Amino acid sequence: MVNSDGKQITKKAFGWAARDSSGVLSPLHFSRRETGEKDVTFKVLYCGICHTDLHMVKNEWGMSLYPLIPGHEMVGEVIEIGNKVQKLKVGDKVGVGYMVGSCNSCDTCVNDLENYCAKMIPTCSAKYHDGTTTCGGFSDIMVADEHFVVKIPNNLPLDATSPLLCAGITVYSPLKHFGLDKPGMHIGIVGLGGLGHLAVKFAKAMGTKVTVISTSPTKKDEAIEHLGADSFLVSRDQDQMHAAMSTMDGIIDTVSAVHSLLPLIGLLKSQGKLILVGAPDKPLELPVFPLLLGRKIVGGTCIGGMKETQEMIDFAAKHNITSQIEVIPIDYVNTAMERLVKGDVRYRFVVDIGNTLMSSP
Amino acid sequence: MTKSPEEEHPRKAFGWAARDSSGILSPFNFSRRENGDDDVTIKILYCGVCHSDLHCAKNEWGFTNYPVVPGHEIVGIVTKTGKNVTKFKEGDQVGVGVLVGSCRKCECCQQDLENYCPRCIFTYSATYHDGTKTYGGYSNMVVVDQHFVLQFPDNLPPDSGAPLLCAGITVYSPMKYYGMTEPGKHLGVAGLGGLGHIAVKFGKAFGLKVTVISSSPSKKNEAIDRLGADAFLLSSDPAQIKAALGTMDFIIDTVSAVHPLAPLLALLKLNGKLITVGLPNKPLELPIFPLAMGRRLVGGSNFGGLKETQEMLDFCANHNITSDIELIRMEDINTAYERLAKSDVRYRFVIDVENSLSQ
Repeated sequence: MVNSDGKQITKKAFGWAARDSSGVLSPLHFSRRETGEKDVTFKVLYCGICHTDLHMVKNEWGMSLYPLIPGHEMVGEVIEIGNKVQKLKVGDKVGVGYMVGSCNSCDTCVNDLENYCAKMIPTCSAKYHDGTTTCGGFSDIMVADEHFVVKIPNNLPLDATSPLLCAGITVYSPLKHFGLDKPGMHIGIVGLGGLGHLAVKFAKAMGTKVTVISTSPTKKDEAIEHLGADSFLVSRDQDQMHAAMSTMDGIIDTVSAVHSLLPLIGLLKSQGKLILVGAPDKPLELPVFPLLLGRKIVGGTCIGGMKETQEMIDFAAKHNITSQIEVIPIDYVNTAMERLVKGDVRYRFVVDIGNTLMSSP
Repeated sequence: MTKSPEEEHPRKAFGWAARDSSGILSPFNFSRRENGDDDVTIKILYCGVCHSDLHCAKNEWGFTNYPVVPGHEIVGIVTKTGKNVTKFKEGDQVGVGVLVGSCRKCECCQQDLENYCPRCIFTYSATYHDGTKTYGGYSNMVVVDQHFVLQFPDNLPPDSGAPLLCAGITVYSPMKYYGMTEPGKHLGVAGLGGLGHIAVKFGKAFGLKVTVISSSPSKKNEAIDRLGADAFLLSSDPAQIKAALGTMDFIIDTVSAVHPLAPLLALLKLNGKLITVGLPNKPLELPIFPLAMGRRLVGGSNFGGLKETQEMLDFCANHNITSDIELIRMEDINTAYERLAKSDVRYRFVIDVENSLSQ
């Protein structure tokens, strides 16, 4: 929207941004667009930190636009809506995840798979329809098209819900799409971090038997006592892995480091499915023989569409599923990023934006 | 003391066997079991030569039990049936494929997926229920449990139909399982050999648009003019690959050499499936980005169960689908193996056992 002088009308905003590939974050005054007719503006209360934020602030994927305001697991309270907004009203608790736009017209978008649209617009460091750079949830307010905003049911605590907007949908989507959500199935979850711990919770809520597969024996008690997994396999223990061969209907692999697929394929029953949701930056080795001998598949997925994200939130509300988090003030964020590199968090940092993000007077 | 192959069983048999990992075949006297109550004795007419025969003869997979009589694309005539045999009678034309036994009790066997039974018994170089070695179709006769014998349709020529028993089912099974039978969908067939050329024929019979993907430009005319493919993509030409990005619903990958998966994955649409039926002897490189960004998958498939193999034969009979073959005499088998190693065959050798195998 432009004013009579032809200038874009915007609203003031404040956040923390990385200025360069050092990835160090610091305060930044910036602006967001005025609330358009289909837009929802909300006060950001909490924002989770995803490993992707780390990749982006450090330009590890070579596509970062600086200054870069990260954060795509944000929740808050609606303060303004456009005149064509139908599903949400002022005061609603809402969330925005990894996307804020797509083309809206291709087959993929029409089938509620905006996440696979060739023109999908990420929440951070991308070009929006109006040519401006998208800015994420490490900020006081957010403006987003209603289509990309989910409603958060009242019974979900906002801080522990924020990681569901990315980590949650990332593991929920493949469990549903690949039919690994049937009660009685045996599902393996590889890696017990931000994605893995939520995968355990969702899979248990779906009625499946869950085995956590991890390199760290120390995570066993966590997995079984706290998260409710049925069993735990140390992936470096050949005897344990051998004993569990051909026992799993599906495996959700959340590990983002390069790792061997052969032992995981061996854990699958005939016709089992290994779904990768971590993002190793180099190719993995695919042994073909074991794939053939058991008619098994290896697949990958990337977040989920908006309809599915809302479905996931509603499922989480029904089953009281939230993330296990460490709430931090905004000025701890650089330390949090350093700890995240080492995997030193159980299991997601969430920035208390509402109470700690203050612009200096 | 272990009995010699000739003395092991009561009925004399004759074939050609490889004795060591040179893979060179030569005449071999052995024996077959008595025809049991559930068995069918088959006089072999033709036997297709599968690349697996070559791998096994040369012990390339490391588990060959010498001497090995290869051959699992067998067509012949029933000469004897056991008292429990109901499906066949003497004089019937029948086929035998990759398996001659399985446990018959596990979940896979119960679901007609004997090919995924952990205790399935291969037609050659395996150990049968009675502890003896199985010998394949490069021989004058074979004795098989009726469950593992297929009715070979009368209107299918036994020579060009023989390769269907392995090559045919190897591509038919994943095409059915992974839903490649919806008319109008676009199938890529990577590799145009024994498996690939049959996949093209099945693809067209299912009403699919078929593109052959090959590294040999010389195969273009074959693919389009003779086999009826709709298009041909030279995999070494980046411009052709680029033009076809994101256009295919499925790809059947029949290539058995180690090869890059990245360009094939890029050819797939959203939710596309790359199904490998070739057997590279080393792992392949799997890039994760194209998998995740398009919700694509890579799957494998290993020949097929008996019920499905029969269904496939009947489908071929209805659609007049056979393999393109070069008929050879038994004594030419070693030359055929040398040519097969260089893929110098269009597209399957078939041994005229009845007319050329003699003691």
